[in-house]
Amino acid sequence: MSSPDTLLRVEEVTKTYPVRRGVFGTSTRRLTAVNRVSLAVRRGETLGLVGESGSGKTTCGRLIARLEEADSGRIWFEEEDWLALSGKGLRRRRRDLQVVFQDPQTSLNPRMTCADQIAEPLRVQGLATRRAMPGRVEELLAEVGLSSEAGSRFPSEFSGGQRQRIAIARALATRPKFLVCDEPVSSLDVSVAAQVMNLLVDLREKKGLSYLFISHDLAAVERISHRIAVMYLGRIVEEGPAQRVTSLPLHPYTAALLSAVPEPDPFSGRARVVLPGEPPSPADPPSGCAFHPRCPIARPRCREEMPPLFPLASGRAAACFFPGELQVRAAGAGL
Amino acid sequence: MTEPILAVRDLTVELPIGGEWRPAVNRVSFDLHEGESLAVVGETGCGKTLLGRALINLAPEEARVSGTLVYRGRDLLRLTEAEWGRVRGGDIAFVFQEPAAALDPVQPIGAQILEAVRLHRASGSREAWEIARGLLAEVSFPDPERGLGEYPHRLSGGLKQRALLAMALAGNPAILVADEPTTALDATVSAEVLELLDRLRRDRGLSLLLITHDLGSVARHSDRTLVLYAGRVAEEAATADLFRSPRHPYTRGLLDCVARIGTTGSPEARRFRAIPGAVPDLAFRPAGRCSFVPRCPDRFAPCELSEPELYAAGSGEARCFLYGPREAP
Repeated sequence: MSSPDTLLRVEEVTKTYPVRRGVFGTSTRRLTAVNRVSLAVRRGETLGLVGESGSGKTTCGRLIARLEEADSGRIWFEEEDWLALSGKGLRRRRRDLQVVFQDPQTSLNPRMTCADQIAEPLRVQGLATRRAMPGRVEELLAEVGLSSEAGSRFPSEFSGGQRQRIAIARALATRPKFLVCDEPVSSLDVSVAAQVMNLLVDLREKKGLSYLFISHDLAAVERISHRIAVMYLGRIVEEGPAQRVTSLPLHPYTAALLSAVPEPDPFSGRARVVLPGEPPSPADPPSGCAFHPRCPIARPRCREEMPPLFPLASGRAAACFFPGELQVRAAGAGL
Repeated sequence: MTEPILAVRDLTVELPIGGEWRPAVNRVSFDLHEGESLAVVGETGCGKTLLGRALINLAPEEARVSGTLVYRGRDLLRLTEAEWGRVRGGDIAFVFQEPAAALDPVQPIGAQILEAVRLHRASGSREAWEIARGLLAEVSFPDPERGLGEYPHRLSGGLKQRALLAMALAGNPAILVADEPTTALDATVSAEVLELLDRLRRDRGLSLLLITHDLGSVARHSDRTLVLYAGRVAEEAATADLFRSPRHPYTRGLLDCVARIGTTGSPEARRFRAIPGAVPDLAFRPAGRCSFVPRCPDRFAPCELSEPELYAAGSGEARCFLYGPREAP
């Protein structure tokens, strides 16, 4: 599945955490947050990673950004063994892969001016001389649509949307090739979120960036992504070209997610796929297909056997024994 | 038409900013009828949260509130704090965003619901416990008996919101004010909570005030929609009508921003529809012109010269000269 223009390749990456149980917290049970996940992102491409709380999508992003260490599996970034990097080598290469976090309120330092925060990665990486620094910071502010005057102010003086622009400017400071965007607009109003999404699209075109766009919002993911991967309980359950996935989901969980996207149409007759029960805990996953207890089309086989991510036609894949059986018509999908 | 259960007239909430009173909620009027769901929509800074809080006398202490709030023939703004104690929760209940922050982390949710039950209904402890369990069952909390003993941190966001709803229902309120009740929740859970609110409205005849920044989320869960901009009503209409033909340019903008499934074209060519600019800061809202002018795609000369009134438009009203007298008064 690798091709010369593959920028990032994630192979069978797994991450588990110990679960403390009992009075002394001595239990050795482990929670599998990310379970043998494989992904590939080509140059200039955006891969949307969709899932709900507890699906492991954020952990996945953190593993790729080396903010946490994977237990097993491999990651290749520009054909380089990404997980083998350490110390100075890792720090050097990190400039190519940066992260934009969900909440600019907490990801920015409230006691540093915006210019200082944007300059920080440049200083750490030694990418700009002291003399060139103000000019480079100003350039970065302009790229995210802020005036140079904004640099002298503190994060608290900005709105949520402006703070996220500052966080994006900081991520761009090292001229990265790849951005992990973890729910970059979910704490923003819809109107402001749209502005920030457009900024991300514009920057992608202008700089040839590639994104891993992590979000619970399927509609936003569909619009910004070339491909979509859907996660449920630590695994990828469906993957494919964005519009194909949303116009005809193959995994019943994707169908349920799609049917939960609020439809801005009071007359819509679209049926919603209601999932019974609560999402199971990743510390105690169900047998067989992890989705089977909530799946509207589960059969006995699903309880016993775990479906692998089957490759299907048109560059798609689904971890389901009965792909495409549960169909939901997407609102407004021109089909 | 029957008497509204809540008639709000010229509700104004002013905040002291730089030594001056600034209206964050500015002469807002609307009716809420029994069993009706009214969506209040606007961006951050439009005054929607403050409006919701004023309805239950929980506006910030430094705020100055005026107007009338007539609930079942009584002006609530004339109540004493002691009288409010009975109205709040008993007649008008509320759930806010961030269920995690609204629950006491060191008490099982049963004890918290019980407290609300005892506050509003004098009853024996066995009976109160039964009521609490019944409330959890009513909000479709799985295994209510066990649920009563659970601590908030053990619950998912959706279950926390259900527990809060159960608490809100403890006083048998006639009106529920829900401020962004689903914003912090996952899509599938959020859809479930909105469906639960629909059911409570049907089963209990509850009137609902649904406050949100996301017009798309309330399309199927409200009868009427009130769009707020910079503290004022920009448009009010039957929700169905508002979605079919939004009148105010701001409403159109909000509607455009709603994420929809089913984009076409190459990802490179796709853009998100946004409203340029931002809601003007409370301290910088020049009077004497339409407050939406700097962001409005349809502005024309009169908009700069005076502030529009609410003019009849479709099934409702819009504060926009496109629907009013063309000559500036």
